[in-house]
Amino acid sequence: MKVSLFVTCLVDQLWPSAGVAAVEVLRRAGCQVEFDPEQTCCGQPAFNSGYREEARKVARHFLNVMTKSSAEAIVSPSGSCVAMVHHLPKLFEGTPDHGAAVEVAERTFELGSFLVKRLGIEDLGAQYAGRLSWHDSCHGLRELGIYEEPRRLLRRVQGVELIELPTHDSCCGFGGTFSVKHSDISVAMLDYKLQALQDQNVDALVGADVSCLMQIRSRLQRRGSKVQTFHLAEILASRG
Amino acid sequence: MAIHHLESVFFREKVAEALEDQTLRGALQNATGLFRQRRLAATASLSDWEKLRDQARAIKAETLTHLDHYLPEFVAKAESNGIKVHWARDHQEACQVISQLVSEKQARRIVKSKSMTTEEIGLNHVLETDGAEPIETDLGEWIIQLAGETPSHIIVPAIHKTKAQIADLFVDQLSIEPTQDAEELTKAARRILRHHFAQADMGISGVNFAIAETGSILILENEGNARMSTSLPKVHLAVMGLEKILPRLADLEVFLRLLPRSGTGQHLTSYQSILSGPKRNPDQEGPEELHLLILDNGRSAILAEEITRQSLACIRCGACLNACPVYQQIGGHAYGSVYPGPIGAIITPQLAGLSETKNLPYASSLCGACRDVCPVKIDIPEILLHLRAKSVEAHENGKEAKGFRMWAWINRSRFRFVWAHRLARLGGRIFMKNGQPPQWLQRRAPVLGAWAKHRQVPTLAKRSFREIWKKELSRKQP
Repeated sequence: MKVSLFVTCLVDQLWPSAGVAAVEVLRRAGCQVEFDPEQTCCGQPAFNSGYREEARKVARHFLNVMTKSSAEAIVSPSGSCVAMVHHLPKLFEGTPDHGAAVEVAERTFELGSFLVKRLGIEDLGAQYAGRLSWHDSCHGLRELGIYEEPRRLLRRVQGVELIELPTHDSCCGFGGTFSVKHSDISVAMLDYKLQALQDQNVDALVGADVSCLMQIRSRLQRRGSKVQTFHLAEILASRG
Repeated sequence: MAIHHLESVFFREKVAEALEDQTLRGALQNATGLFRQRRLAATASLSDWEKLRDQARAIKAETLTHLDHYLPEFVAKAESNGIKVHWARDHQEACQVISQLVSEKQARRIVKSKSMTTEEIGLNHVLETDGAEPIETDLGEWIIQLAGETPSHIIVPAIHKTKAQIADLFVDQLSIEPTQDAEELTKAARRILRHHFAQADMGISGVNFAIAETGSILILENEGNARMSTSLPKVHLAVMGLEKILPRLADLEVFLRLLPRSGTGQHLTSYQSILSGPKRNPDQEGPEELHLLILDNGRSAILAEEITRQSLACIRCGACLNACPVYQQIGGHAYGSVYPGPIGAIITPQLAGLSETKNLPYASSLCGACRDVCPVKIDIPEILLHLRAKSVEAHENGKEAKGFRMWAWINRSRFRFVWAHRLARLGGRIFMKNGQPPQWLQRRAPVLGAWAKHRQVPTLAKRSFREIWKKELSRKQP
């Protein structure tokens, strides 16, 4: 299957290893991967902050790039950005771009759920030795309904012990500009989420959104914690 | 339109205070956790929970869309039942109507059962100014009345207080023997409140549902205080927002299963009182007069817009507060409104206007936990986003707006996107020391400072994905 990678601006600039791993994993799953370097951002930061006009401008650029692709599926290593793409038809309601928004939204998928639900693949031949815990990011879980898919994928990774934290579905406190507008609340939320980490002796937290992972990693680093943070794709691409 | 005692402009200050208060945060974590567990257990006992939510949402949507039909139907039926209906456009008018009624009836001692709507209009304050003595009879409400505070939760007004704090308050205010025993404390409350019930000239209550078909009002409670307040005094006044209507008595089958489970995690509250008028002959029990005040106070404006209309479907169960990770950390008082938490963050700005409340729509990470637990499926994040957009239109924040315009300009072109990040990378290399920006830069760029206060600042990758793609990955296409 021909797949177009929507790598997202954060993965591109901050966590490229997640993008590299996503390409590796998709190829292993038999996909032909294309990447259009014209892509930038989906517009979510502005949309979530109330700047609809700015969000539309950036999202229009995104649609222009993606409509050019003939790939059957647009796949992204981010639940949050995919959820935003699914918001685009509403954002462009009553405008000439509405049709493009619907068309692009229909073939845009989050990486983990694409592998499990669309391709029916759970075992990617990955190996990783360690106690991992899954972080359900809010938009993946509550907007896209992704819950089982990453867990199934991780259970098939040789050497992984999957630990469920009691706070697996608590928000990490990132929330885009919320993380700096209300930084004290943001970190209080994260600390609540991370409380359980200490008791469980977890080696790494794994998630499907580098926005959450960046928030979590930055805080863990500040606290001097040894717990690592990985994108799902990084674990799935790992050969031990 | 306004909300009594609105202090949302001080959101930041109140948040800072709340986060410092470890006792408060401990109490919140325990209580909200307990309510979340109870709710989960109670909803799991019903196999058709999701269907019930859909039904409730549909009933509310139909009612609100045709409120011009159902509200007059309800009022006509209620009046034919002998209920005296009053109207109030805003909180001032509401307080005037009630003041006048209280003075006509020469009511001095007034027992109140829990009502968020009377909190919204600041009724106790007005009654006290008039020389009357309103006594809250819901235990939680009474506790905060004794403490001189406002409720911090829609259904658990004293959720922010620990047992020890309540014990100290009772010893101090009620001159009881010092005790930490919950049963002893409740007994003391019961003894004193019974005395107030017996003496009261008037009872004031809220309304959970108003049934158009029968012209009756329904009140749910657990302590029996609402039944006492509405049946012992000669005059009963109920206060409700105009959105409380349900078309048919049969609709209660849906809502009575949803509300207690969502709120306290009970299958049913201890008492459900359906009141359909004053007593009809002297031998009956109940009040001689039943008055009902129907309040607008901004609700008709919310009703007018399709996207905001769903806010009025709220049945005040409080589940979204318990589910909200922000509320769990900061509690209700930080919101500076009688309606706190996620539902408060959408209702308060709509009732009181955005200019004094513009912090509230931003007091959320948009995690959506509220939407998942809402028994009437209000899409709270969607309305938060709508209010943020309105806030941007109305009070454009100069620096931030400029920033987003610049950001949009950069992100509309691959060239600008790449160069902006190259510059940022270079800046990071020059200024950042071990994931920390220097103090002067934090002051000049408050966004960076706010991040760096508790977190390392992430550095941009040495090589972006697009560079790696171009040099390595694109050629390796199998």
